[in-house]
Amino acid sequence: MKIFVCIKQVPDTTNVRINPETNTLVREGVQSIINPFDVYAIEEGVRLKEKHGGTVTVITMGPPQAAEALREAIGLGADNAYLVSDRAFAGADTLATAFALACAIRHLGGADIILMGRQAIDGDTGQVGPGVAENLDISHVTDIRKIEEIVDGRIVVERLLEEGYARIAARLPVVLTVVKEINTPRMPSLKGKLAAKKAEIPVLKASDIGADVERLGLNGSPTQVMKIFTPPKPGGGRKFTGEPADTVSALLSELTAAGITIKGAH
Amino acid sequence: MNYFLTDDQKMIKDLAAQIAREKIAPIAAELDESGEFPWDVVKTLAQSDLFRVFVPSEYGGLGGGMFEMCLVVEELSRACSGIALAYAASGLGTIPIILFGNEEQKKKYLPRLAAGEILAAFGLTESGAGSDAAAIKTTAKPDGDSYVINGTKQWITNGGEASIYTVVALTDPVRGVRGSSTILVDKDHPGFTFGKKENKMGIRASATRELVFQDCRVPKTNLLAKEGMGFLVAMKTLDQSRPGVASQALGIAQGALDQAIRYSRERHQFGKPISAFQGIQFMLADMATQVEAARALTYAAARSIDAGEKDVSRLSAMAKVFASDTAMRVTTDAVQVLGGYGYMKEYPVEKMMRDAKITQIYEGTNQIQREVIALGLIKESVRNQK
Ligand SMILES: Cc1cc2nc3c(=O)[nH]c(=O)nc-3n(C[C@H](O)[C@H](O)[C@H](O)COP(=O)(O)OP(=O)(O)OC[C@H]3O[C@@H](n4cnc5c(N)ncnc54)[C@H](O)[C@@H]3O)c2cc1C
Repeated sequence: MKIFVCIKQVPDTTNVRINPETNTLVREGVQSIINPFDVYAIEEGVRLKEKHGGTVTVITMGPPQAAEALREAIGLGADNAYLVSDRAFAGADTLATAFALACAIRHLGGADIILMGRQAIDGDTGQVGPGVAENLDISHVTDIRKIEEIVDGRIVVERLLEEGYARIAARLPVVLTVVKEINTPRMPSLKGKLAAKKAEIPVLKASDIGADVERLGLNGSPTQVMKIFTPPKPGGGRKFTGEPADTVSALLSELTAAGITIKGAH
Repeated sequence: MNYFLTDDQKMIKDLAAQIAREKIAPIAAELDESGEFPWDVVKTLAQSDLFRVFVPSEYGGLGGGMFEMCLVVEELSRACSGIALAYAASGLGTIPIILFGNEEQKKKYLPRLAAGEILAAFGLTESGAGSDAAAIKTTAKPDGDSYVINGTKQWITNGGEASIYTVVALTDPVRGVRGSSTILVDKDHPGFTFGKKENKMGIRASATRELVFQDCRVPKTNLLAKEGMGFLVAMKTLDQSRPGVASQALGIAQGALDQAIRYSRERHQFGKPISAFQGIQFMLADMATQVEAARALTYAAARSIDAGEKDVSRLSAMAKVFASDTAMRVTTDAVQVLGGYGYMKEYPVEKMMRDAKITQIYEGTNQIQREVIALGLIKESVRNQK
């Protein structure tokens, strides 16, 4: 089975600070880590390989230093890794990123299963997974909490919903984005870390993956960031405290006074 | 302080520290209470290849030595020395196989021990033979192709949990110590059972049990080295393993120091953090100085062993004595720095103080270690005079 995992290197937001004047992230001294959700995707890929055989290939689109995240992924059990990196990719939004990753996966011979985290903790969009699937013209299921079985090119997964879950069957190849409930990622191993240290991480440029430059980077990104700011705290609001019987009638009379009627209330 | 670790040694230390932080620290108090054996952590250590670090590469190891083992034990012990002992005691049981096993024995046991699939243990002590290990009574009577073992070993770490036991017994009781031999016994051998688990003051997550042998028949191929060499095997093994106990003590001491420093900055009395008082500062300074000295001596001992130095008994004993006495002092002082809170189970230092005590007792009490050191000094002086 050919398993791909797409990962992203992100700032470790557990100790991130915001500059109150510019409202931007203070990046100095902030460590880069593998996007936490992606660690679960790597673990799931390694487990699939252990169960069904095959290879786990990790790719990321990012600057040269993102190779560190790929090395770490090899330490966690991935077999090989590719860095998709080129000036042409700079300024990519989720559309251009998904396009570039899809081109890279196609260039590398395609996949049976492509795993990703449900979203990156810096952008929080959750769009790249479905975007890659659309570009490759294959199906996708997001927010997977369990892979039940893979038999004869058919996969059955559980998709986490707000209440409960949905059981979904799909044909391979497929893109799956995973939630943290899916597994407990293992600790890195020394053998993995030694392999990571020695691993060669090929760099794929825009020309290598045969991507149309018009659809890459800033050129291929319809999203424009106008401004980044901390939203103002919503003002107002009132809390009714006391015995339920009193607070409910106080609330109702307040609503009535405001001209709002509630069906069934009397 | 720069201890000139190689990149690989740093990697080992960092990984052990990560496991200690993420997998051991959160369960240390619970296992201290319940006494449950830490199989989950053992599995994690195995998956992370930490059991491989001191095993030769021909047998599935990563080819390091005692120093690498010490780095792991120290880091794990910072979070919980009881849990760390499952690892360290397996190391103690593995060392005689590495040092004295023949090719067949090494091939049979080391790859599985290196992978952490099984644990080892070392059985020397008996009820009447503690410091005076030569007083052991357990016999292994030669009978055709087998030895028939009878007797009881007491307080054996990893007892009942380990799959392979290095046992010292008398193959020729008339000759006393000179008639002792070391024999490998598999857990499931008929005639081999375990006593109840001991209820201990500290290191409560570690399993301590009796090994009971009743007409336990093991093949002669399980003999390590030669008949009559049992005591030598045991002593050489302990010479190598004592820096491991020193590292355990060092880890406990460092863990207690970490707690004391953090607490002293948070706790306010008389309108100031208690770290502003010289009485506390001097205590912290002395604790840190002793810990660093213990580390230097322990690392020196482990590295001398790995460098193949001939007579390591004395240095190894010095490291064990100094680090364990340091652990006892530093943990006691850490409780003092935390005051009444330090005495409560909500904070980890009272456990560390209980855990520290054993490091002054096992693998040879500190009195016996001092005897080893002094005898070494005297012998050397006599030699030099001739
Ligand atoms: C939790 C635990 C785990 C253990 N794990 C193992 C294990 O895995 N394998 C194993 O084989 N053993 C193990 N032991 C046994 C341990 O090594 C012995 O307890 C230790 O060697 C001391 O022996 P003892 O307890 O009989 O004390 P004793 O020998 O009775 O000593 C009592 C006191 O007398 C002192 N003393 C004795 N002789 C002298 C002397 N000549 N000069 C001065 N002082 C002396 C001692 O220092 C001590 O203070 C373990 C013990 C414990 C408590």
